Amino acid sequence: MSNQSILTVSNLTVAYRRDRDWLTAVRDVSFNVAAGQTVGLVGESGSGKSTIALAIMRYLGKNGRVTQGNIDFMGRDLVTGSDADLRDLWGNHIALVPQDPLSSLNPSIRVGEQVAEILRQHENMSQNAANARVRDLLSMVKLPDPERVARSYPHQISGGMQQRVMIAMALSTEPKLLVMDEPTTALDVTTEAAILDLIRDLIRERDTAVLYVTHDFGVVGRICDRVLVLYAGDLVEEGTASAIYHRPNHPYTRGLLASVPQLGQSKIGFQLQSMPGQIPALGERPEGCVFAPRCPVAVDSCATWPDLATSANGDSRVRCHRRDEIADGSLVVDYSAEMVYAEGNRHTDRDTILTADNVAVHFPVTRTMKQVLRRDKPDLVKAVDGVSIRVEPGRTLGLVGESGSGKTTLARTVVGLTGRSSGEMVLLGSELPTGLKGRDLETLREIKYVFQNPEETLNPYLTIGESLRRPLMRLRSLSRREADAEVARLLESVRLSADYATRYPRQLSGGEKQRVAIARAFATNPALLIGDEAVSALDVSVQASILNLLNGLQAEHGNAILFISHDLGVVSYLADDIAVMYLGHVVEFSSAEMLLQPPHHPYTEALLSAIPNPDPDQEQTAILLSGDVPSAINVPSGCPFHTRCPRYLGDICREEMPPWRDSAEGTRIRCHIPLNELRSEQL
Amino acid sequence: MSRYVVRRLGFLLLTLLLTSMIIFLITQVLPGDPARVILGREAGEQAVAQLREELGLNDPLVVQYVRWLGNFITGDWGTSYSTGTEIRPFVMQRLRNSMMLAIVALLIAVPLAVFLGVWAGLREGKPADGVISVSSLAVVGLPEFVTGLILIQLFAQRWPLFPPNSSIPVDATFREALPMLILPALTATFVLLAYIARLTRAGVIEELKQPYVRTARLKGLTGSTVTRKHVLRNALLPTITVIAISIGWLISGLIVIENVFNYPGIGRALLFAIDRRDLPLMQAITLVTVLIFAFANLGADLVYAWLNPRIRLE
Repeated sequence: MSNQSILTVSNLTVAYRRDRDWLTAVRDVSFNVAAGQTVGLVGESGSGKSTIALAIMRYLGKNGRVTQGNIDFMGRDLVTGSDADLRDLWGNHIALVPQDPLSSLNPSIRVGEQVAEILRQHENMSQNAANARVRDLLSMVKLPDPERVARSYPHQISGGMQQRVMIAMALSTEPKLLVMDEPTTALDVTTEAAILDLIRDLIRERDTAVLYVTHDFGVVGRICDRVLVLYAGDLVEEGTASAIYHRPNHPYTRGLLASVPQLGQSKIGFQLQSMPGQIPALGERPEGCVFAPRCPVAVDSCATWPDLATSANGDSRVRCHRRDEIADGSLVVDYSAEMVYAEGNRHTDRDTILTADNVAVHFPVTRTMKQVLRRDKPDLVKAVDGVSIRVEPGRTLGLVGESGSGKTTLARTVVGLTGRSSGEMVLLGSELPTGLKGRDLETLREIKYVFQNPEETLNPYLTIGESLRRPLMRLRSLSRREADAEVARLLESVRLSADYATRYPRQLSGGEKQRVAIARAFATNPALLIGDEAVSALDVSVQASILNLLNGLQAEHGNAILFISHDLGVVSYLADDIAVMYLGHVVEFSSAEMLLQPPHHPYTEALLSAIPNPDPDQEQTAILLSGDVPSAINVPSGCPFHTRCPRYLGDICREEMPPWRDSAEGTRIRCHIPLNELRSEQL
Repeated sequence: MSRYVVRRLGFLLLTLLLTSMIIFLITQVLPGDPARVILGREAGEQAVAQLREELGLNDPLVVQYVRWLGNFITGDWGTSYSTGTEIRPFVMQRLRNSMMLAIVALLIAVPLAVFLGVWAGLREGKPADGVISVSSLAVVGLPEFVTGLILIQLFAQRWPLFPPNSSIPVDATFREALPMLILPALTATFVLLAYIARLTRAGVIEELKQPYVRTARLKGLTGSTVTRKHVLRNALLPTITVIAISIGWLISGLIVIENVFNYPGIGRALLFAIDRRDLPLMQAITLVTVLIFAFANLGADLVYAWLNPRIRLE
């Protein structure tokens, strides 16, 4: 590995225009990236990490400009270079891999051609030579059947395949610098693991310099050599990935790491640290230390801007006045949680809130002309195919699975938004009608739903108070005055002040909106609360406070929670019991404590191994699953996982649905392999 | 795609059937007795009653409708009450004229409008965009008879480049008719121009925001390659639909323009039929108009689907 510096950013300051003012989004950031080195730019939304990436690509748009500093790429100045200079660099020596591969590919041009045009542009290749090279590139990123992929349009291939195409495109000209902007954030965890492995191998072979933008410390640990932590446009800490993970010395870095639940941490005995407040908006950033308003150890001197300097133990450079005290351990940074709730269960007289027995949801696919003429029955999308679950009072059942596993569909049948095709559901001892129509007010009161995206679940034309008042007046028949008093109490319970009632959703941050959504769900104190990816759209520091809030409210009211997430770390932290779903089936039930202990279902095993470990010093090998999740129209026969199972036994997996096997610890696994065999191989 | 086409054709047939019913019913409730119209005010009651019987006007409505539709489909469009001649050759003749005019108008309007729209869209917010947007809006605000008369004033009277009267002979070839088509086509262009240009502009602006444009630019492609190869292909999709739909209007909706220029198109034929209370002629022309609109719409859908792989390859 050479140490030749490829990219040098010095004193970079970037501003965006709002009306007539230029507001600083990135302030005085300097760093460099050497050949063969992967530097992570880490931060939450609003930290300026993407702005830096775009400034390097010189793609800030009309409203953004570099107001100070230099960006030097192998002796060429990217800030002042002409457009023609940049066209020679772009795609040739500098390439970008963006976050969302689908929208980053042209929907009406074949994938192969979209790669080939770079080769024709920069390598002067003929049409045929370029096409042949495209096929090599597509096999380099391990795409099966490159010929077919090259002929496909973007919508015809899966998200993981799209991202592989983007990577093939970026590497097609062997660029010196690769800028990756959250390239795996939109992907499922097993796909992410495969893509990360691929990226790491490809950049190592080529000695490429990589700037890797991410919010996820797991990804950092897996791929980065050095890390820059950004907060509100300031570089607050910089060091090796190992130093930042093991010995973070900036209070923000500490808080960030402590707010993400790691696998094995559970709500029992481990309170997530949640940083108070939120990132200041553009134009409202303090002159001194930008983090001081949220910092638990801020002092008067924080009104002046600290230097970025090496702390006493010499590992990383930290922009904090108190770095030495923090580094030598004399100052403890603690975001200890503020709430203590009394226990008090409402439904303790029952042992079950909800049971679902053999529930199936099949959607018919529109028939083709031929099928109509032949009077074939329509194909069925088997979104959920025979699932039985039980949710107990005061406990949280976590539903985990990747996209297409049917977890959201199952939740929607519980709340009544989607009808079920067969199977029984019983809520609080009485049969639950399949759709919303058959349900009385009593039932509607007892099941509430919190959706993923808080931006879309609040009516923008209603004040927060009006949004909260509706369920109170309609479902609890409160008078207007009683409802208003209750609104204040609800807001307080999600730790928002009562004056939020008069605000509109656009005046709230994402985390605050999700608090309101939770307050609305708790308005009727439901027996069952469903959280569908309820923290997935939030920044990690906000996510932690929402998870703590859910735990606190549950401890207080004894509600049962059905919590759906693709994030095993979050689910295993919040849930008491966990159901792992794959392609419409539950393949494993486990208690949260036992989830990490073998035996596992082979799919759970792959999921667990795929979760990126934030500790860069631990070697991690993900079990890579071949191919994509099969279509729910053609669910594989026998065990639905057999087409991708690394422990595939043979015909029996293809022909027979596996039996449930119960371990002594209470784990239930649906697999043909006996538990003791799984256990011995998985230890 | 084939499924898509079949479904669209099914909808088309249903639409046509429904509109044919509406046309038939409306012409039934119009005031005036057709037999009386044919025979004139002086004819005796008995003669009128006899003609009613011969024309089948005493049969139940359903029977009359089925007979009328059946005849129409088999090519027997009946005889005009007012001229006593066969309707079909007359309507076909007018249809041919209207199509010639529509083609000339499209050839002028579409390239111009698309060019202006793309030009403006690529320069959003710049002076060129403002000039194009404002001036195309100003033009569309003028009624057709005003623009038509101004064009005649300028290009037929002051600079006699084209004839002021476009009443082409019955058997004129396209080449012979062409000089007379220019001014009416220009008038129609003014109406379409702003519409198509603004839609194109919006399409271009929308597509320029898409991440795939960034991908294309960051490949190091030149601006014109990015526009031609990446942006236009997607930005023009809605424009193409609107152009296809406007074909219907160009063929059968130019009543005012045809009148200003004395052009023997389908629009003026309809006015003529209404003026004379010529029921069968009215029905035939309206049905033909509906057919044209329906097929223009179908064409629009199919072209859109074919150009859009997300629909074509479904």
